[in-house]
Amino acid sequence: MKGMTLIVRNVAGLISGFVMMYGLYVVATGHLAPGGGFAGGVIIMAGVVMLVLAFGGDRAKALLDEKRCHVIDASGALVFAVVALLGLFLGGFFKNFLPVGKVHEFFSGGTILISNVAIGVKVAAGLVGIFLALIVATRQVMPKE
Amino acid sequence: MGIAIYILAFACLLTGVYALVAKKNIVRIILGIAILEYAVNLLLVLVGYRRGGSAPILARGEAPAALAARAVDPLPQAMVLTSIVIGLSVTALAVAMAIRLYDKYGTFDMNDIRNLRG
Amino acid sequence: MKELVPLLVGIPLGTAFLIVILAHVRGLSRLTGLLATAVVAVNLLLGVWMCIAMHDGAAPAIWAGEWNGLGRPIGIELVCDGLARLMVVVINMVALAAIIFAASYMRRFTTVWLFHSLFLLMTGAMNGVVLSGDLFNMYVFIEVAAIASYGLVAFGTESEELEAAFKYLVLGVLASTFILVGITVLYSLTGHLNMAKMAEGLRRLPKPEGLSASPAVLLAAACLLGGLALKAAMVPFHAWLPDAHPSAPAPISAMLSGVLIKAAGVYALARIVFTVLGVNPYYANILIALGVLSMVVGMFLALGQWDLKRLLAYSSISQAGYIVLALGVAAEVLSRSPPDRAVAGLCLLGGLFHLFNHAAFKGLLFLSSGSIEQATGTRQLKQMGGLARQMPVTGFCCRVGALSIAGVPPFNGFFSKIIIIIALALAGRPILCAVAVGVAVGTLLMYVKVQRYVLEGAPTQRAVRESPWPMGVGMAILAVVCVLGGLAILPLKEYLFDPAGKVLLDSVTAAGRLAMGATP
Repeated sequence: MKGMTLIVRNVAGLISGFVMMYGLYVVATGHLAPGGGFAGGVIIMAGVVMLVLAFGGDRAKALLDEKRCHVIDASGALVFAVVALLGLFLGGFFKNFLPVGKVHEFFSGGTILISNVAIGVKVAAGLVGIFLALIVATRQVMPKE
Repeated sequence: MGIAIYILAFACLLTGVYALVAKKNIVRIILGIAILEYAVNLLLVLVGYRRGGSAPILARGEAPAALAARAVDPLPQAMVLTSIVIGLSVTALAVAMAIRLYDKYGTFDMNDIRNLRG
Repeated sequence: MKELVPLLVGIPLGTAFLIVILAHVRGLSRLTGLLATAVVAVNLLLGVWMCIAMHDGAAPAIWAGEWNGLGRPIGIELVCDGLARLMVVVINMVALAAIIFAASYMRRFTTVWLFHSLFLLMTGAMNGVVLSGDLFNMYVFIEVAAIASYGLVAFGTESEELEAAFKYLVLGVLASTFILVGITVLYSLTGHLNMAKMAEGLRRLPKPEGLSASPAVLLAAACLLGGLALKAAMVPFHAWLPDAHPSAPAPISAMLSGVLIKAAGVYALARIVFTVLGVNPYYANILIALGVLSMVVGMFLALGQWDLKRLLAYSSISQAGYIVLALGVAAEVLSRSPPDRAVAGLCLLGGLFHLFNHAAFKGLLFLSSGSIEQATGTRQLKQMGGLARQMPVTGFCCRVGALSIAGVPPFNGFFSKIIIIIALALAGRPILCAVAVGVAVGTLLMYVKVQRYVLEGAPTQRAVRESPWPMGVGMAILAVVCVLGGLAILPLKEYLFDPAGKVLLDSVTAAGRLAMGATP
């Protein structure tokens, strides 16, 4: 699929950095403000989708690899599962075993920060993988029977 | 005003069920699934509403008891987040299947996609 | 001991993602099958050990994150009582047989690692359904298992499989939406999501004149029962099953028919009617009506089928009807005043025993149909014949499965059906008893037909060889369970079915509900 015009390409390239940074902010402050892993992951994916739509599917196929998305996706989920099961040995299932600091501090809430980042990575990589599989990858169209 | 929005949520639910059941085009069926998800999430968020309440975020220097007295119920909001993720996964799977069905059958019409019978 | 319970859910889910990573590392993609089989075997051993170790009546409640739920419902609870232990053993037993069978059946597909990953997701989620003590947590795990199964039904991506999977998806989403509406209404009435606390809250609601519960509770019950009846493939909500189960690959058909409609459908119905909503003549009559309709309609539709897997799918609807009928009659007996606990206990024993048996023999029949399809290339009964001589292992296992489901002693199907029939007669429902006997005779007829066309007769195909050994091992596991279920009924009753039945019987008393974990 083709890309878009010169204005769209330039503006998308300038803005995408801010979009992804905002997504990272939403992921990282999930325990202080609304947001968290899922919402931040979707915002990061929106930044990537904006770039793919602006620059065209051919450049996306050259630069982005769907298999790498699968591996990153699975690692994020695996980190989440490991944190949950690690809590099993250190207290209770899903227990917060890192020090819980004061309220409103950034480094508070124990394992919630790690879980948020893992989920953010998983959702972003997973949704980008879905997008690449559905829109960008080539399919074989069977002849009508 | 109180009851009108519940009626709206149920009307959206019924619209979604109608689209799911009566439409022949696969894309319209998938849109029906999306409308159904929206309606149920709306109903779930409405359950937690409190008249004159505010967002359940702890301000600096506030005691938890004061938060419990003024805020809307945060539990339905957590449930709705989960439900939105489930709806997203199902919609993505349905769209992927619809694309492959188009590749195999050449049409989006449910009446023509009927190899299985009996 | 109680710390190991979350492993039943956590390890399959974590390993599913580990398999995705391993499959992309060069050279390690052969390991995914072994890893999946090892995880399911560990789950089964853990489940059996828990049955034996927790036999003295301990029902530990594990709160996730140690949030003990005092006051406000902020904790999610995992409860491992008798009914959960029975379901864990059933799920993992069929899963082990299916995944050993799949070691050679799935060689025809590429990306077999995807199958193993989705299979572990489905198994882990089903374990989560039966272990959760929180209504919304159960709904989330039902959804995860259902989404994994939509993907697994469409695994071969042929045109028929995609069509069947799409229909299954659409109807499954409809059911899930209504279940969520029911949960919403129940939460808005009681303010709790924990099943024990919700049950207490529902009993304290005021009841208007003439109805057995307030109208909001009846609305919630209608939505929940309708949605779960679709998941359990009860008539008239069964339309997805005859397309989805035959089109799936054989190990997935065994899992879907044997376990998913039980864990996500019948188990959830039992928990919600007995524990959350409370036994009531209304709900009991709904369950009885669903059960009878499913039994009769499933049997008639199965008798006319010439496609082997479609016949087995319709027969699943019929046998699931037996289980729901037994549960419904037990609920109705318990809602009389005074409740007759002995007869209700016998109904529950029959129903739960039939659940265990049906998982075993229907899984066995689907696996053997997969082996037959791989060897002969067809699923039509008229094109098979004489396979008892040409494929001895598959033929023997198919015969064991057919005799078990038809209710021939000394296999396990006979005992569970006779217990249900006697219990129906003792409960004072002679018409239902006659219907159950009639459906049993019909089931015998349809499986005599299966045996005549598949196993006896002149061989119609040349060059039919026995299947590879993993298929034989998978079928043998379930055949051994079928035989042992009939011979070793007393130890099974003591360790598996009595604790499970006791949980359901006690849930009508306040003490039983509190024991489910209302106290930390």
